[in-house]
Parts: sequence; structure tokens; C-alpha cells
Amino acid sequence: MAEFTLPANSKINGKGKSYPAPNGATRVRTFKIYRWSPDDGQNPRYDSYALDLDDCGPMVLDALIKIKSEIDPTLTFRRSCREGICGSCAMNIDGANTLACTMAINDVKGDVTITPLPHMEVVKDLVPDMTHFYAQYASIKPWLQTVSPEPALKERVQSPDDRAKLDGLYECILCACCSTACPSYWWNSDRFLGPAILLQAYRWLADSRDEMTGERLDALEDPFRLYRCHTIMNCATVCPKGLNPAKAIAEIKKLMVARAI
Amino acid sequence: MAHTRPLSPHLTIWKWRITMAISIMHRATGMALVFAGLLLFALWLLAAAAGKEAYEMFAGLAASPIGWLIWVGISWSFFQHLLSGIRHLLMDSGWGYELGVARASAIWVFVGAVLLTAAFWAAFCFGSGLV
Repeated sequence: MAEFTLPANSKINGKGKSYPAPNGATRVRTFKIYRWSPDDGQNPRYDSYALDLDDCGPMVLDALIKIKSEIDPTLTFRRSCREGICGSCAMNIDGANTLACTMAINDVKGDVTITPLPHMEVVKDLVPDMTHFYAQYASIKPWLQTVSPEPALKERVQSPDDRAKLDGLYECILCACCSTACPSYWWNSDRFLGPAILLQAYRWLADSRDEMTGERLDALEDPFRLYRCHTIMNCATVCPKGLNPAKAIAEIKKLMVARAI
Repeated sequence: MAHTRPLSPHLTIWKWRITMAISIMHRATGMALVFAGLLLFALWLLAAAAGKEAYEMFAGLAASPIGWLIWVGISWSFFQHLLSGIRHLLMDSGWGYELGVARASAIWVFVGAVLLTAAFWAAFCFGSGLV
């Protein structure tokens, strides 16, 4: 049964710190950031950092890096490419999951509230434990599977039309914004694969070169793994790459019906 | 590990969208129809079985302002559930996954349920000579 409230150790009631804006700052913006450390035995808390936007880059990630470098080196978050292709800095900003590096500070009205990806175990601050998500990804065997012998002296070819069927799928960077936006995944992540992994599953089902379509569908034919999608559409709403996992899930369901009749 | 890892906040920090609201409304109205509807139906039968006085009491309560509120609520639940059910059926057949379409169809379900409820009660009041 779904637990709609946070467990006692997860309630955000720790005593937060407040860092004032530097003297002479004109364009001040406050960043309210979720903090939790495994070392102090405290509950999570919000710390507030006031920054001068005239002395800060335009993106939320710029603000996080500025806070870490100049104000509070204990602030912990993942980041790498800073251009929306690695998926490391996925987090919840202003009530929706997105990448901190492609989210402009000016697109948020008022205080910028930042929490980790929702309904995940927190390792520290904005860093969630992704182990289960990656294990689910591995479970769909995300690689080309074939039985026919490899063509001599050339790769397995694909027509431009067949290649086009992967558009809207191959762009997924596995940042987990969609999966951790999905209430069905919040309540059933132990058994439901969630939007990101199902979009990836469809990416291999839709690949003309893959020869394990039947086996892949067998593995998904399960009341929970596939069928917990209730078209809530949070996945497509938040995807920082503009993809539509719900539609991919619907395509898998259509393949299930097509092979049954 | 010094301290058990907390669960990150979810419902409390999430900014709701209409496609999420319509999904939860489908469940809520479904529950309302099953539980409130079934309970009222059972009470009606019980009142009828218990005799004239009990039935008149039930009928009196049903025609009171609170009774009206309940009937209108149940009929709205019915139309809301019906229309979002049709939307689910269409989406199960692969229609309406583009974000703009999904949002528009959700708005139409909310508006349509209110309109159908109003039309139903207008027809009821005129048809029964209440107005």
C-alpha cells in the first residue's frame, strides 16, 4: 500500500541555516536547498542562501556551484557536463524535476526551492541513491540482441525509415527526471519499471535490427512491470529532453495487444 | 551508516498539473460512486423494507438541502468518472499522448462533467415539474 507521508526520519524539520546576501547586492535571489548529512544524526532541513544574480551565471547549476565554491563547501550535488547531456544534475527545482544546468534561474518566480529527485533514498543533500534505477535498466537488457549470424565485412544495416523510428527514444539520457516524477513509480518502484526504463525498453523493441522482440515483450508482460502506467503524464511534462515516455509505454501496450490477436 | 537514509520529499513539494489532477479525480470519483452510492442504495432498500415511516424519513432527508448536495455530488462523480473513463479508453488505444492534447482533453473532461451534471439536473427539475 502506498505511503503518502514521509517516514519520521525523513520529515524536513531540522534547523536550517540562513546565509545573507553580500553587501551591496542589487538583484538578490534566495535559494532554499534541501540538506541532509549521514554524519550528524539530524533530520533533513532547508538551508537558505541569498545570492546576487548580477554576480552569478544564469542557470540554477551556476548558483549551486557558486554556493559550493564561495559560501558553503559542504553542499553536495552531482554535476558534470553542464549542457544537458550527462543527466547528472537531475533534481527537483520549484516543484518539478529537471536538470539544474538547463534550468534558467529567471524561469523560477520567487525563492528557488531545490530538493533531491522525489521519493528516493538520499545519500547526502541533493544526491539520491540510483542503484535500484540502474538495476532496473540492466534488467531490460539494453543492448542489441540477435540470433542471425553477423553479416560478413559490414555492420547490421538499417534503412533511414527504420532509423527514424528511434527518434524520440535514443535521445534519453537516463537522468531519471521522469521516473521520479511518476506517482505510480513513487508507490510501486519495487515492481513497476517506471517511464525511463520502459522508454528504453521500447527503444530496443522499435529497433529493426533487434531480433528478441518476443522475448523482450515476454519479460514485460506483468501486471506491475509495464501496466502501472495510468497516463498521469508527469513524465512527459518534466522530461528535460522533451521526450514522451508515456507514449512509448502506450506503444509497448499496443505491441502486446497486436501479438495477442 | 551513521543514520538511516531519509526518503526525499515527493507529494508535498510537487507542483500539480491538470493531467495529474484528472488521474487522482478518476480514482476519487470511482471510490465515491462505489462506497457512497452503494451505501445510499442499501439505505434506500432498508428504508423501503422497514416500512412506511422509515421510508418517509429517508425521502424527507433525500429532499433536504444536504440530500440535494449528495445527489448532485454523486451525479457529478458519475459524469466525471464516465468522461475520464472515456479519456482513458481513448488513451489506451494510443490517442492523445502529445502534451497539448493530453492537457486539453483533461480540461474538457472537467468542463464536460460540470455541464452534463447541470444539464441532468435541469432536465430532472423541468421534467418532474419542480420548476
